[in-house]
Amino acid sequence: MKNFTYFRPTTAEQAVALLENRWGNTELLAGGTDLHDLQKEYVAQPSRVVSVTGIGALAGIRVDEKQATIGAGTKLAAIAEHADLRRHFPSLCEAASDIGGPQIRNMGTLGGNLCQRNRCWYFRDEHTPCLLKGGQRCYALDGENKYHAIFTQGRQCVIVNPSTLAPALIALGAGVNILGPKGRRSTDLAKFFFSPANANDREHTLAANEMVLEVTIPVRNWANASYEVRQKLSYDWPLVQAAVAFQGGRNGAKATGVRIVLGHVAPTPHIAEAAMKALEGRDITDANATAAGRAAAEGAKPLSQNAYKIRLVEVAVKRALLMAAGMKRYWEM
Amino acid sequence: MTKKLHIEAKINGKDTEFLCEPRQSLLEVLRDVLQLTGAKEGCNNGNCGACNVLLDGRLVNSCLVMAPEIAGRSVATIEGLASPQALHPVQKAFLENAALQCGICTPGFILASKALLDQNPHPTEHQVRHWLAGNLCRCTGYDKIVRAVLDAAKT
Ligand SMILES: Cc1cc2nc3c(=O)[nH]c(=O)nc-3n(C[C@H](O)[C@H](O)[C@H](O)COP(=O)(O)OP(=O)(O)OC[C@H]3O[C@@H](n4cnc5c(N)ncnc54)[C@H](O)[C@@H]3O)c2cc1C
Ligand code: SF4
Ligand code: FES
Ligand code: FES
Repeated sequence: MKNFTYFRPTTAEQAVALLENRWGNTELLAGGTDLHDLQKEYVAQPSRVVSVTGIGALAGIRVDEKQATIGAGTKLAAIAEHADLRRHFPSLCEAASDIGGPQIRNMGTLGGNLCQRNRCWYFRDEHTPCLLKGGQRCYALDGENKYHAIFTQGRQCVIVNPSTLAPALIALGAGVNILGPKGRRSTDLAKFFFSPANANDREHTLAANEMVLEVTIPVRNWANASYEVRQKLSYDWPLVQAAVAFQGGRNGAKATGVRIVLGHVAPTPHIAEAAMKALEGRDITDANATAAGRAAAEGAKPLSQNAYKIRLVEVAVKRALLMAAGMKRYWEM
Repeated sequence: MTKKLHIEAKINGKDTEFLCEPRQSLLEVLRDVLQLTGAKEGCNNGNCGACNVLLDGRLVNSCLVMAPEIAGRSVATIEGLASPQALHPVQKAFLENAALQCGICTPGFILASKALLDQNPHPTEHQVRHWLAGNLCRCTGYDKIVRAVLDAAKT
C-alpha cells in the first residue's frame, strides 16, 4: 500500500480544509472498511488521509416528532440497534442489520456507506484499467457481468450502487446535509447519487472537498420495508433489493404517496416510477403487489449474464410491499 | 519514507506504546510490531473474521482498522482471554466440542462468540449462525462450532 500522511482533525471545518478540490490525493476516512481495502488494492492511492473519527459531533442519532437526524459518523450497528429508528423506519434498520457481519457493522458508518466505492470486480482489480480508472473501456459490458446493472440505457459504466441503506433512505424521503469550503448545503438523498463514467467521477455528487454531515428523515408514520434477495441468508451482498414506503395501505386503507426504490440494479439507486404510479391510490393486495413488481422491472435492459435479475425485481418489490402492509410473509416458513 | 507515528493504547488491559506507519493495519501492528500473533491474516479484506479482535469491547476485523485509529482506545486479543488459572468458558466449550481442526479460524471464532454472549447470553441457534456469518472455517463444517457456542451459553 502507498504510504500517506494521516490527519485527525476535531471539527468538520478543519476536515474539509484538508481536502483537495479534485479526486485522487486526499480521502476522508471513517470506519475504513472500504477505504483501507481499496488502498491495499492500489485502487485508492491518497497521499493524505483525513480521519473523521476525531469529530465528536459527527456521530449520533436524534429522533423527535418531526424528523430523525443521523450523523454521518454513526456506526451501522448503532442504526440497526436504535429502538426509535426501528419503530419508525424498520426498512432502514433491517437494511443496516443485514450488512456484512457484526464486525463490519461495528466499524462501518452511515457516511462511509453512502460514499463507498462500487464492487465491480474489474474496478477492484489493480491491473484492470477500466473507464473509472482512466482507461478506455468497460470490461463488464462483454465480460463477467452477472452482478452488474440491468437498467443500462445510456450508461457507459454498468456498476450497481453498492449501498443498501440508500434505497431505504430514499424511499423514506431522506435529505442529506453537506459541508464544503463555502459552508453547508442540503439536498434530497434521491439527488445525491451519480452514474460515474470516468476517473474524475464518483458514485455520488459530492465535490472532492465536501463531506456528508448528517442524514435527515421525515417522521410521518408511513408503512415501510426493505427486502433483499441474496444467495446466502447472511453476510452476502444482495442480488436485488426493493425498498418501499407509503401512507395508509393497512386495514383496507388505500396506499398513497407510494415510493419504490430498487438497489443493485443500476449505477444509482433506481426509483421505480412506473411501479409507484401503478400502485398509487390502490389497496395493497397480492395481485396489486404482483402488478407493481412487474411494472418495476419494465424497461430493464440486462447484460449478457444478468437477465435473471428481472424476475428478482418482481419478487423483491412484491415482498417488500406485503411486508410494509403487515401481510403474511408467505415465503417464510 | 513517511514518518512513523507514536501511538498509545490499551492492549489486553496493559498501557502500550508503539511506532507504526500510517498505512499499517491494526492486524499488522499486533502481529509484526507487538508480536501478538493470535489474530490471523486470512483474507485481509473483511471477509473471513480470522483477524477478529475487540475494539472498546466491540468485535471488529483488525485487518480493516488503520493502526493510528486505535490511539487512546482499548484492544482485546485472544492472548488476553484466558486467565493464568483457567480458560474462558468459550475456549473450554470449543475444546470439549472439538470445534476446531487446523485452528487458524479459532481465535476469531472465539472472540466473535464471546462478543455475542456478552451482548446476548442466551442466543438461539439462528442468532448464533447469523452472528458468526462473518467468520469462515474451511475445516469443521460449522456445526461443532455452533454447538460449542450454544454449550458455552449454558454455563
Ligand atoms: C464483507 C462485506 C460485506 C458488505 N456488505 C454490504 C451490504 O450488504 N450492503 C452495504 O450497503 N454495504 C456492505 N458492505 C460495505 C460497508 O457497508 C461499507 O464498507 C461501510 O459502510 C463503509 O463505511 P466506513 O465508515 O467503513 O467507510 P470508509 O471505508 O471509511 O470510507 C468509504 C468511503 O466513503 C468516504 N467517506 C466516509 N465518510 C464520509 C463522509 N462523512 N463524507 C464524505 N465521504 C465519506 C471515504 O472517503 C471513502 O471514500 C460490506 C462490506 C464488507 C467488507
Ligand atoms: S462496470 Fe464500471 S467499474 Fe466495472 S469495468 Fe465497467 S467501467 Fe469499470
Ligand atoms: S483477515 Fe481480516 S477479515 Fe479476513
Ligand atoms: S478449523 Fe481449520 S479453518 Fe476452521
